[in-house]
Amino acid sequence: MPETMRLHEQIGRLARQIAETANQPMAFMEVCGTHSHAVGRYGLKQLLPDNVKLLSGPGCPVCVTPTGEIDWAIELAARPETIVTTFGDMLRVPGSKSTLADQRARGALVQVIYSPMQALEIAQKNPTKQVVFIAVGFETTTPTVAVAVQHAAEMGLDNYTILCSHKLIPPAMMLLLESGEVKLDGFLCPGHVSTIIGAAPYQQIVDNYHAPCVITGFEAHDIMKGLYALVKQSAEGRAEVENEYSRTVRSEGNPAAREVVRSIFEVTDAVWRGLGLLPGSGLKLRPEYERFDAAKRFGLKPSGAGEHPLCHCGEVLRAVTLPVECEAFGVACTPEHPLGPCMVSSEGACAAAYRYERGR
Amino acid sequence: MPDDIIKLAHGGGGLQMQRLIEQELLPACDATYGRGGEDAAVLPGAAQIVLTTDTFVVRPAVFPGGDLGKLAVCGTVNDVAMRGARPVYLTLGLVVEEGTEIALLRRVMRSVRDTCKEAGVALVAGDFKVVERGSGDGIYANTTGVGFPLLPEPTSIHRAQPGDAILLNGPLGQHGLAVLAARGELELMMTVESDCAPLAGLVATMVEAGGAGVHALHDPTRGGMAAGLNEIAAASGVGMELEEGAFPRDVGVEGGCEVLGLDPLQVANEGKVMAMVAPEVTEQVLAAMKAHNYGADSALLGHVVKGPAGRVAMRTMLGTRRIVDMPSGELLPRIC
Repeated sequence: MPETMRLHEQIGRLARQIAETANQPMAFMEVCGTHSHAVGRYGLKQLLPDNVKLLSGPGCPVCVTPTGEIDWAIELAARPETIVTTFGDMLRVPGSKSTLADQRARGALVQVIYSPMQALEIAQKNPTKQVVFIAVGFETTTPTVAVAVQHAAEMGLDNYTILCSHKLIPPAMMLLLESGEVKLDGFLCPGHVSTIIGAAPYQQIVDNYHAPCVITGFEAHDIMKGLYALVKQSAEGRAEVENEYSRTVRSEGNPAAREVVRSIFEVTDAVWRGLGLLPGSGLKLRPEYERFDAAKRFGLKPSGAGEHPLCHCGEVLRAVTLPVECEAFGVACTPEHPLGPCMVSSEGACAAAYRYERGR
Repeated sequence: MPDDIIKLAHGGGGLQMQRLIEQELLPACDATYGRGGEDAAVLPGAAQIVLTTDTFVVRPAVFPGGDLGKLAVCGTVNDVAMRGARPVYLTLGLVVEEGTEIALLRRVMRSVRDTCKEAGVALVAGDFKVVERGSGDGIYANTTGVGFPLLPEPTSIHRAQPGDAILLNGPLGQHGLAVLAARGELELMMTVESDCAPLAGLVATMVEAGGAGVHALHDPTRGGMAAGLNEIAAASGVGMELEEGAFPRDVGVEGGCEVLGLDPLQVANEGKVMAMVAPEVTEQVLAAMKAHNYGADSALLGHVVKGPAGRVAMRTMLGTRRIVDMPSGELLPRIC
């Protein structure tokens, strides 16, 4: 195929340009699980010179959900009056004692759905049950959840709630730079999230931390183009927001989607696995929609449960430990018997490393 | 957390299912007649026979490209064929839930009849049970198939040899995606048809073209091609090297998989056969496949290598390398 050949040549050229331009050791981070998996699937790290490192950050929404909140979902599933609805990724994530898949096999009503609107249909069809949607996700997911809550309010549904674990990506990026735990020379910014938030939120990262931010897509050539832009900025001592994904991301993002989110949710402090409590990094329902908050309706109390003692997902999410450096990786922790979420989720960094890079 | 109860992941076609079969089911089987893992058993007698059984719980019972009846015949016919055999006889057991529409039963049985005819098998015995509403979900079916080997030494997943070519008769993932789309839970803007097809005829032409050079055949159903290749690599104690660029493509499946975060290599097929064939017959077998109705898009994907034993690797279109791993857990329940 001539088009494929062109792409190959383009990617080969980008790899050469990266190698020629990288005049010092550089480390960049992607903060999107879809990027982690694309990098693994295409084997892109093999195309980078030794002095350019690409790290995975806290870009998998399931992975950054703390164990205590997973326990809440499991606790809700165990109640006889509830139907828990969730995206499939959440099913096998271990809480402190069990998983949603476990609860389902023991008789709990847990339904995998593909769109938040499906939970509303399930609530309408089961008026005698309480239907809870496990609302996990970054800026890409929240607009659809906001629309679902809006519909629930219009329909006057009183048997529908969400367990709200929504998180915002830019505060986590800033925390990583602030902590200085890992030396980072810039970010490969998430294409999907950026379709909603646009380019503006990255400007404060550039301004405050002089860290280049490049928005890019998920094909091999998108990622390589993004990396070349980062390497070039770094080598030239520049720090700017660049959009290499302009075929999809407009610099203003999607104001209409943000407005829907703003009408239903407000920004709050949130606990991230691995990062701890981050001010202004999460969303909660506005007071007028609080009746749809599962934690409130069911009086859920923080469990204080920690992670499995052998699990290093926290360090992996901060890129302090690489997946393959974790002593449990591939031994005590496998996709079949995961200790932590990074090995379970299709967007997790450990799952990507296990699937594509182990013993290559 | 050790497993003390059955979970959907135990039926997913990946590692967890493999372990459960090894630990809980195989101990009851007579090891004289095979080591497990094959698509069908080859049994001694006045003439060698090939025997297998399979149960079908697909939801929904009707999907683009097929239905439960067609699937129940194809699944078993194909498993018999994978031993390099000609399927001949079939039995059918049905468990039907009270309240199921007779029109559905009629449709399923019409498909059974038509597919048996196409596959050249005779339905010779059957059973029918009804369970109370709520104890099942529509219709479950079991088929048992009997066939006769076409080769003195049956094809086997234990017989892949270094140097063998790895062949495949078309694009991957159509069945799994078609069933998923047919559930109507996804608003997928696509029409993918299941590849569900009886492969007895295709396999017969392959065996005719390649003779004893056809070493291993396998139909990549649950767990997809990724599971199938890993099973053969492990059973034969060999490695495999694939070329991503050589795979036949279905853009509909690729798009759907992209949206859902699935890997077409891990999605189920019901009309695909992968073959490990000796280098000296590769060309003839591939030509025979391409000439057949169910093999027009056949391709040479790569080669069996000495080792490391059990490792399936792929050279991507960019020239980088990655592992093709055994899928783990539940991908999509009740696709077959």
